[in-house]
Amino acid sequence: MASFESVDVKEGVDQETIDAVREVGGAYKYGWETDIEMEYAPKGLDAAIVKLISEKNNEPEWMTDWRLKAFNRWEKIKEPKWSMVNYPEINFQDQYYYARPKSMAEKPKSLDEVDPKLLATYDKLGIPLKEQMLLAGVEANEEVEKGERKVAVDAVFDSVSVGTTFQKELKNAGVIFCSISEAIREHPELVKKYLGSVVPITDNYYATLNSAVFSDGSFVYIPPGVRCPMELSTYFRINAENTGQFERTLIIADKGSYVSYLEGCTAPKRDTAQLHAAVVEIIVEEDAEVKYSTVQNWFPGDEDGNGGIYNFVTKRADCRGYRSKVMWTQVETGSAVTWKYPSCILRGEESQGEFYSIAITNNHQQADTGTKMVHLGKNSKSRIVSKGISAGFAQNTYRGLVSMHPRAKSSRNYTQCDSLLIGDKCGAHTVPYIEVKNNSSRVEHEATTSKVDDDQLFYCRQRGMDEEEAVALVVNGFCKDVLQALPMEFAMEAQQLVAISLEGSVG
Amino acid sequence: MLNIKDLRVNLEDENKEILKGVDLTVDAGKVHAIMGPNGSGKSTLSYVLSGKEGYEVTHGSIVLNDSDILEMEPEERAAAGLFLAFQYPVEIPGVGNMTFLRTAVNAQRKARGEKEISATDFLKQVRERASSLQIDAEMLKRPVNVGFSGGEKKRNEILQMAMLEPKMCILDETDSGLDVDAMKLVAKGVNSLRDNGRGFLVITHYQRLLDHIKPDVVHIMADGKIVKSGGPELALEVENNGYSDILSEVA
Ligand SMILES: Nc1ncnc2c1ncn2[C@@H]1O[C@H](COP(=O)(O)OP(=O)(O)OP(=O)(O)O)[C@@H](O)[C@H]1O
Ligand SMILES: [Mg+2]
Repeated sequence: MASFESVDVKEGVDQETIDAVREVGGAYKYGWETDIEMEYAPKGLDAAIVKLISEKNNEPEWMTDWRLKAFNRWEKIKEPKWSMVNYPEINFQDQYYYARPKSMAEKPKSLDEVDPKLLATYDKLGIPLKEQMLLAGVEANEEVEKGERKVAVDAVFDSVSVGTTFQKELKNAGVIFCSISEAIREHPELVKKYLGSVVPITDNYYATLNSAVFSDGSFVYIPPGVRCPMELSTYFRINAENTGQFERTLIIADKGSYVSYLEGCTAPKRDTAQLHAAVVEIIVEEDAEVKYSTVQNWFPGDEDGNGGIYNFVTKRADCRGYRSKVMWTQVETGSAVTWKYPSCILRGEESQGEFYSIAITNNHQQADTGTKMVHLGKNSKSRIVSKGISAGFAQNTYRGLVSMHPRAKSSRNYTQCDSLLIGDKCGAHTVPYIEVKNNSSRVEHEATTSKVDDDQLFYCRQRGMDEEEAVALVVNGFCKDVLQALPMEFAMEAQQLVAISLEGSVG
Repeated sequence: MLNIKDLRVNLEDENKEILKGVDLTVDAGKVHAIMGPNGSGKSTLSYVLSGKEGYEVTHGSIVLNDSDILEMEPEERAAAGLFLAFQYPVEIPGVGNMTFLRTAVNAQRKARGEKEISATDFLKQVRERASSLQIDAEMLKRPVNVGFSGGEKKRNEILQMAMLEPKMCILDETDSGLDVDAMKLVAKGVNSLRDNGRGFLVITHYQRLLDHIKPDVVHIMADGKIVKSGGPELALEVENNGYSDILSEVA
């Protein structure tokens, strides 16, 4: 008989969810704020603010010029209106574009020098900024064996990176992992070569805005043939009020390298909305592979739809060589408005793009999210699995493009797009765009929409689970395919989130 | 143990009366069987007992071990020891059978103010009880009831019952769709749970099951009422002559 122990390990993930959900109880658990002295750039946006941000980051002139070019363009273009999200006009002059804790004026030389208030913030968020905890000799090894792998963290607080862990160890492996502001100063040749090469400053309204005002973010370079020895992650925390967060992430996986990168984000509860417009660019060279996982848990707004983060994000990976491979996995549970389409340019022959997504909207949240798979290379492959869950008064749209160019002969796409509705006041929409410009490629698209089944819930309740626990279990089951694509640590967090973000959706 | 008095139930949507005055008492340690023609209200009774939505109780009472359960949520009734083996077990895609079981066990324990079961104890119990029902490891890994054959689903219900150790077990046609060997397994499963503290209400159409699970009392339900009760011989009478004699006798 096969071993039951192995069953337990695999199944353990769901169980963690249920346990955690029981313990958590309250809804958004990251809604507290850190009381810390901040310095701001003056409110509003003009060329002087752009220059100020550049100056605060001690940037070289080429970078300042790049930002100004973006700003000039941004002034001339208009916000896009094609997505299925409604929100009040954003007054771009009525917010701050730069906010940094006073204690970060001098960049700390090591994590020990970081303001204890900031360390405490990340501690409370459950993000380890102390390497020692995982590195203490024998204990560390045991932890690793228990499956607690090492994760290096770049912690971004409002507009600045607070610190990056495991930098030395990574450096020994040849990996560069630092904040983007540091990379601009320390590795200008790499930044110059790649920044804007996947998402040009002209790309779209929010990407252009980001190019002008991004303050920090993460930078990753994996040299040829190197398998990054640990997971890398960036944790974004918005704390300051009336402040936009504009982070910029640049990941370069050189030939034959591999990296798994995680991104997490939270923000305090506030009754006014806040803007977040990020850009992520990934360059994947021949035979390299990048996994990029996001658990997006920005404050979603309250039950009546007040406040929350407006999340306008441009994420794109460029698979440049033979067999380049990228996998996006996202769990989108937060934000009042989400506008996000992590995409893959499949330029290399036999390159591969995958997109796994869970988007949960409850109360008055709106999400318009999906992906673009642009097949340029021969025999390229892509796979899209999207699970949208709507509850309350929420609207959830999957919007996806699959494009097979004339050169992309014998390429394949498979798309599966499932929507689940909880209650009858929410909506799910699927908007697929398919273009095939050669006759040897194949595109498959499957879509389903269903309601949470009362019989399933009754079955769970008859066995003793309360209604919320039953919904969490059924929805986690619905999302299983995507949850399995996440790294272990994230899978657990994501499962808990699935449950928590659906609180109050039934009964 | 279970005390049902003059229970009258309407369908919520249609204002149609389905149960028309059911009286039934199951004492601890006893096995009661309910037989009756299709559509007579047997499953409806089991749903109303377990608290499914869609039914309106217009009259009567249901008491389980001194508590009036009509006011309780389905999960509270479950925690109080009521278990229903469904006539049509539900599939839950993506949720592993083991996870489901453990979640259920712990939910009930928590509701009763008990400690969660440890992973080791849980595994040990599942392993034992699954193997006596000839449910293999593969089936435990699969999502709840998804792709299970009719007979596998029914055995899975009994496994859940064995894990939850309820006080009052209602089995709705657990025998239908079972082959002869599976029926014996299920009967063995039920018999091994028989004890002084536990009551059973076994809904069935066939004497065959009752050969293996010997009932103390047999009831005949027709048109929303229990029209006749008796000993095991009543089931044999149904098996041999159908319902027409009994029904005309009580009419
Ligand atoms: N939700 C419903 N809507 C309409 N009619 C219903 C509903 N539920 C039950 N009924 C009706 O109530 C009556 C009793 O049904 P029930 O399922 O309880 O019968 P049963 O005795 O279990 O039958 P069987 O032996 O076929 O399982 C039937 O006439 C059935 O059609
Ligand atoms: Mg029935």
